[in-house]
Amino acid sequence: MSIDMAQFHQVFFEESFENLEVMESGLLNLDMGDVNSEEINTIFRGAHSIKGGSGTFGFTGVSNFTHLMETLLDEMRDGRRKVTQSAITVLLGAVDCLREMLLAIQNEQEVDANAIDSYRKSLETELNHVNHSGASDASPVTRDIQAHQPIEPLSNQAQGWHIAFSPHLHLMKTGNDPIRIFRELGTLGELEVTVDLQGLPSIYNLDPEECYLSWELRVTGAIEFSDIEGIFDWVEDDCDMAFQSYSDKNALANQSDQTDLISVAGLASELVPVDVSSLPASLSIVSAVEKPVEQVLEPAKNSSTTTEDNRATVKGSNSIRVDTAKIDTLINMVGELVITQSMLSLIGEHFDLTKLDHLKNGLAQLERHTRELQESVMNIRMLPVSFVFSRFPRLTHDLSAKLGKKIELKLVGEHTEVDKTVVELISDPLVHLVRNSLDHGIELPDERRAAGKPEVGRVTLEAYHRGGNIVIEVRDDGRGLNKDKLKAKAIEKGLIDKDASLTDKQIYELIFMPGFSTAEQLTDISGRGVGMDVVRRNIQALGGNIEIISELGKGSTIAIHLPLTLAILDGQSVAVGDETYIVPLVSIIESINVTDKMLNRVAGKGETFRLRGDYLPIVRMHQIFDIKTARAKKLTEGLMVVVEGQGMRCGLFVDDLLGQQQVVIKSLESNYRRVEGVSGATILGDGSVALILDIPGLVRLSNQ
Amino acid sequence: MTPVAVEHQELLPINHEHGSPQVLQFLSFTLGNEEYGVNILRVQEIRSWEPVSRIPNVPSYEKGVVNLRGAIVPIIDLRERFNLNYAEYTSLTVVVVLQAEFNGKSRTMGVVVDAVSDVVEVDKNSIQRAPDFGTKVNTLFINGLASVNERMLMLLDVEKLLKLDGIDDVDLNATESKN
Repeated sequence: MSIDMAQFHQVFFEESFENLEVMESGLLNLDMGDVNSEEINTIFRGAHSIKGGSGTFGFTGVSNFTHLMETLLDEMRDGRRKVTQSAITVLLGAVDCLREMLLAIQNEQEVDANAIDSYRKSLETELNHVNHSGASDASPVTRDIQAHQPIEPLSNQAQGWHIAFSPHLHLMKTGNDPIRIFRELGTLGELEVTVDLQGLPSIYNLDPEECYLSWELRVTGAIEFSDIEGIFDWVEDDCDMAFQSYSDKNALANQSDQTDLISVAGLASELVPVDVSSLPASLSIVSAVEKPVEQVLEPAKNSSTTTEDNRATVKGSNSIRVDTAKIDTLINMVGELVITQSMLSLIGEHFDLTKLDHLKNGLAQLERHTRELQESVMNIRMLPVSFVFSRFPRLTHDLSAKLGKKIELKLVGEHTEVDKTVVELISDPLVHLVRNSLDHGIELPDERRAAGKPEVGRVTLEAYHRGGNIVIEVRDDGRGLNKDKLKAKAIEKGLIDKDASLTDKQIYELIFMPGFSTAEQLTDISGRGVGMDVVRRNIQALGGNIEIISELGKGSTIAIHLPLTLAILDGQSVAVGDETYIVPLVSIIESINVTDKMLNRVAGKGETFRLRGDYLPIVRMHQIFDIKTARAKKLTEGLMVVVEGQGMRCGLFVDDLLGQQQVVIKSLESNYRRVEGVSGATILGDGSVALILDIPGLVRLSNQ
Repeated sequence: MTPVAVEHQELLPINHEHGSPQVLQFLSFTLGNEEYGVNILRVQEIRSWEPVSRIPNVPSYEKGVVNLRGAIVPIIDLRERFNLNYAEYTSLTVVVVLQAEFNGKSRTMGVVVDAVSDVVEVDKNSIQRAPDFGTKVNTLFINGLASVNERMLMLLDVEKLLKLDGIDDVDLNATESKN
């Protein structure tokens, strides 16, 4: 049972996070003042399904919180409330808060009750705002947020009282009557009585002189605690009771669920410490009083850990949501594969040479199906990059407000698909790059106007496929990188020589050096110079690379090139002697036979060849890998494979090309070690192992 | 079915109590005239020698890698590792596939030996510390010595044997050259 529920929890969390994203993007799209009810409806629906789901699973804290948001949204939808910037900010904050709450529940962590409380307060303030500004409806939402501040335990300034009253069986025999108590309470303020019939026995066992009932009482009004205490004075020893002040409807709604962290955090401080020991209190009441106290202490202990820290420990979600269309294709293919297989076994049963053609056909079909199956299985792991991109409108919105800049974010190609692992790992580096663009790239409006640019800066995030790679570009039309400043800084930090002559590219590369930052002022957004080298390391770890194009005053573009998937690679097998190596197809430009005329020696040592006007260095495979069986020792005898790696082209000299195939990348490091010039290994059709070449590594190796 | 299982379960712990604290099992194998042993719990399997894919620019004792049911597993020549004289690979040459844990990750590696001979039981208390052999064998890999049927068995430390990465190699080479 519990396992089943946990399974549903996962689905609920996933859906909720999706809904939160929908709400967030909806909120960001809301036009100020102009109410587009469809947009609000979308947000409302998101909030509503979260409320419903969390209610079902008993996450009362979440559902109560969402209820507040819903109330606010509802008023907006009905046009009773104007869509203001402040309301949107509050709602965005609430979305964040909900996300934190859900994350905390998902990871079975303590919720930061203080933070949630402050979000709830601002929500209530926002709700109140309209109530006070003369809205006609008497929505009983909030009365006074002041009362919500943690008040002194014995403060008399409560807006009302909630009393759990369960008399002992013999109460009537002592001459007391609950009705009289209630009547008296009624004189203090508006009284609401809920009776609990659980203790009531069947009519046959009922003793009319005993009191089986217990009550929940709500008295509204500014009532002194002593007044209430006075009323219960007479029955104090003959009942179990607990008093609680409350200040708004929301708190009331929460009271039934004392285990709920959020309500508790807000309320516990207002609990009147009824002297438990003096009352022969039943377990239920004791726990009702004690639990909140514990839970108030918990958040206090945890309050030093920031939400950022909590994020770091988030459980990696290992599930993946797949488009059903993809699964249908998969099932189709498996069906065809089974048919082909049965056809082949039929041929095999009574095989003679006349059926050779059949067999060949069948094998060809099998090959096609296997390849298609492989492709569509790989496809399952593919996710659109919008999973990463979707967080940036929010980031831009928040940051531009904070920085006092006007920035428009444009997303292009969000539907480009890329492997799930890549999507997950790319998001942090990308956040860093976008932050950099927003913080350092885009200028303040005045500065932009002075430079003759439109006040609103533009940051573009674009994803597209190129070859077997996905390219993600972060483009801004800001101030661009200042080459002289970068160089001066690098000299100052001792990273380069004073009179070193660097190409533009090399200068831009400087910002990837650890400890390099040119920002005049450190902000909490960026500028500490620890980021860019980490960004580059992360991207290189994914098998990608990063390049910068920039023009002073016009803006800069940072492009990340990443492989589509980390598991499979299109490879070209090449032979050197009796060894086989795989060259990633993406890095091959062409293969040529060189003639003597094309060959040159630089300074008598380094070999180069000329290809359409360019002189390219030659990397002799048999030399750098020390392959003694190599057949071609003279450059004119073998083949020159022109490859490109990290912006550098060179000729890879091999004996022969063997064939193209898709290879599954296997790690050399899991059982062995990293080998220079080799990025991994794969298993060939005959079961032997072939090494996959790492072109940039090879170039480095040959330069040594 | 059930009573047999119960009997079995009852038997096992008794056996263990008898043996396990004092007696360790070793797989013994030969390299030339010398006999070595590795803890049998570290041995994954024993395979016949088959050609490997060479890895460029690594020490010559690292023969290369093979495909072991989909995993890429390196093969180490123990003769070369221990600076013993070179021997042709014959039909008797075997590869002992060993496993060891490094930083919580298990690593598999094959070592080429002349022949495997036996599984022997060694009393824990009879294991002696390895003396300094001088130049011939690097005692770093040797955990201790045991005598089995009047023969000396050198017990190898699998963890150290399978450690190949950078810094370690430098250390080993340094000690080797010093010796």
